[in-house]
Amino acid sequence: MRYGVVHWLKTGVAAAAILAHLATGPASAFCGFYVAQADSKLFNTSSKVVLARDGDQTAITMASDFEGDAKEFAVVVPVPTFIERKQIGVVDPKTIDHLDHYTAPRLVEYHDEDPCHPVMMMLATPAAAMPSPVHDVAVVKRYGVTIEASYDVGEYDVLILSANQSNGLVNWLTDNKYRIPQGAEDVLGSYIKQNMHFFVAKVNLERMKGLGNNYLRPLQVRYQSPKFMVPLRLGTVNARGPQDLIVYALTREGRVESTNYRTVKIPSGMDIPLYVKDEFGPFYKALFERAVSRENMRAVFVEYAWDLGWCDPCAAEPLSNKELVELGARWIGSADDGAFRTNRYSGAGGADAFVTRLHVRYDAKSFPEDVALMETKDRSTFQGRYVQRHPWQGPSSCAAATSYRSELPARFAQEAKTLEGLTGWNRTDIVGRMALTGQPIK
Amino acid sequence: MPGESVMTGRLHPDARYFQIVALGSLLFINFSLIDFGARPLPSAVAIGTALLTQLVCSRLAGLPHLDLRSPLITGLSLSLLLRADALWLYAAAGGIAIASKFVFRLDGKHIWNPAGLAIVVLLLTSKGVWISPGQWGSEIWFAALTGFLAILVLGAARRADIAIFFFASHVALLLARAWWLGDPLGIPLHQLQSGSLLIFTFFMISDPRTAPDAAAGRFLFAFAVAVLAHYMTFFMQMRPALYFALIILSPATIMIDRLLPAKRFNWADPAPQGASR
Repeated sequence: MRYGVVHWLKTGVAAAAILAHLATGPASAFCGFYVAQADSKLFNTSSKVVLARDGDQTAITMASDFEGDAKEFAVVVPVPTFIERKQIGVVDPKTIDHLDHYTAPRLVEYHDEDPCHPVMMMLATPAAAMPSPVHDVAVVKRYGVTIEASYDVGEYDVLILSANQSNGLVNWLTDNKYRIPQGAEDVLGSYIKQNMHFFVAKVNLERMKGLGNNYLRPLQVRYQSPKFMVPLRLGTVNARGPQDLIVYALTREGRVESTNYRTVKIPSGMDIPLYVKDEFGPFYKALFERAVSRENMRAVFVEYAWDLGWCDPCAAEPLSNKELVELGARWIGSADDGAFRTNRYSGAGGADAFVTRLHVRYDAKSFPEDVALMETKDRSTFQGRYVQRHPWQGPSSCAAATSYRSELPARFAQEAKTLEGLTGWNRTDIVGRMALTGQPIK
Repeated sequence: MPGESVMTGRLHPDARYFQIVALGSLLFINFSLIDFGARPLPSAVAIGTALLTQLVCSRLAGLPHLDLRSPLITGLSLSLLLRADALWLYAAAGGIAIASKFVFRLDGKHIWNPAGLAIVVLLLTSKGVWISPGQWGSEIWFAALTGFLAILVLGAARRADIAIFFFASHVALLLARAWWLGDPLGIPLHQLQSGSLLIFTFFMISDPRTAPDAAAGRFLFAFAVAVLAHYMTFFMQMRPALYFALIILSPATIMIDRLLPAKRFNWADPAPQGASR
C-alpha cells in the first residue's frame, strides 16, 4: 500500500459546514446590503494558507480541498529551520473558513430612492446568510537522510527530516511508501542546498478514529526565520494544469505584497447588473480568470487588505481574539472569545492586526520560483466589492421621476458593458438576462 | 569606453536629458497604463523637494550655475522606488538625497549616490518606509532595459561601463547560484525581472559622480557591490539588499581612487570643475 504524496499544499480539510453569520458592519458607514460572496470553494484544486508574521516569527497553517481517503494523505513541506513539537499544531478548519468568508470578494446592493422625495435614509445593515514519537530519532546513513524528530500531532504522524542529497531523500520517501512525483528530485535538491528541513506528515488512522473526527484538520507549523515565502515549487511538479492558492497573511504593520511577482489589485467597486446576484460565484470566477489572463498568469492578486479591527461591509462576523491566536497571530495579547478590537485608534497601543488576502493562479512555467513576500507599512484598505443598484420602482410622477426613468437605460447599458468587460461574457446574453430582471436597455 | 572617450558634452547631448525622459516615461506608464505603486502627489513631493533642496544648497554653496537635471533624476528615481505611509517622508527623502551631495564630499566628488543614501537612511530610521519590489511585468521591464541600454550605447552616458560591469556580475552570480542549486534557468531569469534592479543599475551605481575614476576601479567596485548584495539577499534574507550594499561599499571608492587614479569626472567637462553638481 502506498501513501499518495499530495504535494505540500494539499493538506486535507473536509468540506466544513458553512455557518450562517450575522453581518455586523457599522450601519453608519455602510448602507448597502451585503448579499453574496465568492469564497475559495469556487476554485478547483485550491489550497489555503494562513501566514501569520511578526518580525521573524512565522506561523503557516495549511489547508486544501483534499477529499480522498485519509490513508492516502501525506504532505511534504520544506521549512527553514528544525521544528520542535511545541511548534506544531492543528487548527479547527472552521477557523480558516471563517477567515475565508470574512475576506472573500463581496456583492453589495443599494436601492435607489424615490426620485420625487429624496431623503437621506440610513438603512440598517441586515442579516446576511453566509455561507508522540512513533519512530526513534535516527540517522539513516544509507540514504543520507536524518530523521531529526518524530511527533504525534492529533491525527498526524509528523517527521522532521534533513538530508544531504536529494536522491537519498527521494529514495527514503519512496521506500517509506510516499509517492514522489517525477521531477521532484531537483526541487528537493535545491531546498536541501538552501539548508531547508522537511516537514513530513501522514495520517495515523487509529488516532484519527480515536479522536472521532471524520475530517483532517489543517496543520500549523511555527518557526523563526527571516524567510517569508510560500513554497510552491513542489506543488508544481507534475501538476495537472494551473492551481489556485489563497494566502491569508496576518501581520502587525500593514499590507503584504510579493517581492518577486507583480501584486495587483483585483478589479473592484463596479456597478453590475442585478441578475448577477444569483450567479455571483460564476461571475467572480470569470472575473478572476480574465484578470489572470490579462496579467499572463504572472501576478499575485489582492482580494482584501484591511485592518482586522473593523470592516465595511462585514462579509462575516469579525474574528475573535481566540481565532486569530489559533491562526498564529499571537502578538495580539488576548486569546478570549471576544471579537478582535484594535487599540490603534484609542491610543492604547498593543494589539494591531492587518489581513491581506492574496489569490494566486500558478503553474511551473509562470511561477518558476517560490513566492517571496514582504510586509509593507501600507494600511490603506481594499476589498473586492461589486455593487448592485436597484432602480426605484414606486409609482412616482414628477419631473424628477421622468428624467430619472429616462436615464435608466443608459445606466443599464453601462452596467452591461462593465459586466462584459469584467467577465468576457457574451453581450447579447447579458442584455437578454437584464431585460428579464427589470433592467431593459432600449 | 564611452567614459574615457574624448567625446564630450559638446558633441554628445548630456545623457541626463535621455535619463530624465526615460524615467519620466516610466512614471507616466505607472500613472496611465500599469500601476507599479507610484502616486502622483508623493511623486510631486519627492521631485519638488529634490529640486528645491538643490536650489537652496546651490545658493548656500555659492555655485555659479543652478543645475536641476541631476536632482530631477534623483526625484524621479525616488518616485519610482520609494513607498511611504506619510507624505513628509517623500519630502525627507528628496531633502536628504540632495543635501547629502553637498555635505558628504571629498576631492570634488560626493561619496554616496543621493537617492541610494536617502533610501537607506529612511529604511534605517523610519518605520513608515518600504521599497517597491519593482515588479513591472515583462513587457515594461524589457522595454526599460532596451531604453536604458540605448542611452548607454548612444555614448552619451559617460563612464557607463560600470552599469554593464554590475549587471554582468549580478547575472553571473544568479546563474552560478541556479547552477549550484540545480534550479531551472527560468528562476534566475525571473529573478532578473525587477524594475528596481534596472533603476539601481542604470541610475545609482552608474552615477558618474560617485563611481570610481578608473575603469579597473569601476569593475572592482561593481563586482564587490554585486557580491555583497547577493550575500545579503540569499544568505541574510535582506530584501532591499542592493541599496544597502552600495551605500556600505561607497566609501571604498575613495581608496579605490587613490590606488587606481584617473581623471575625475565632471558633467560639465571640459568646462572648469565645480560649475555643476
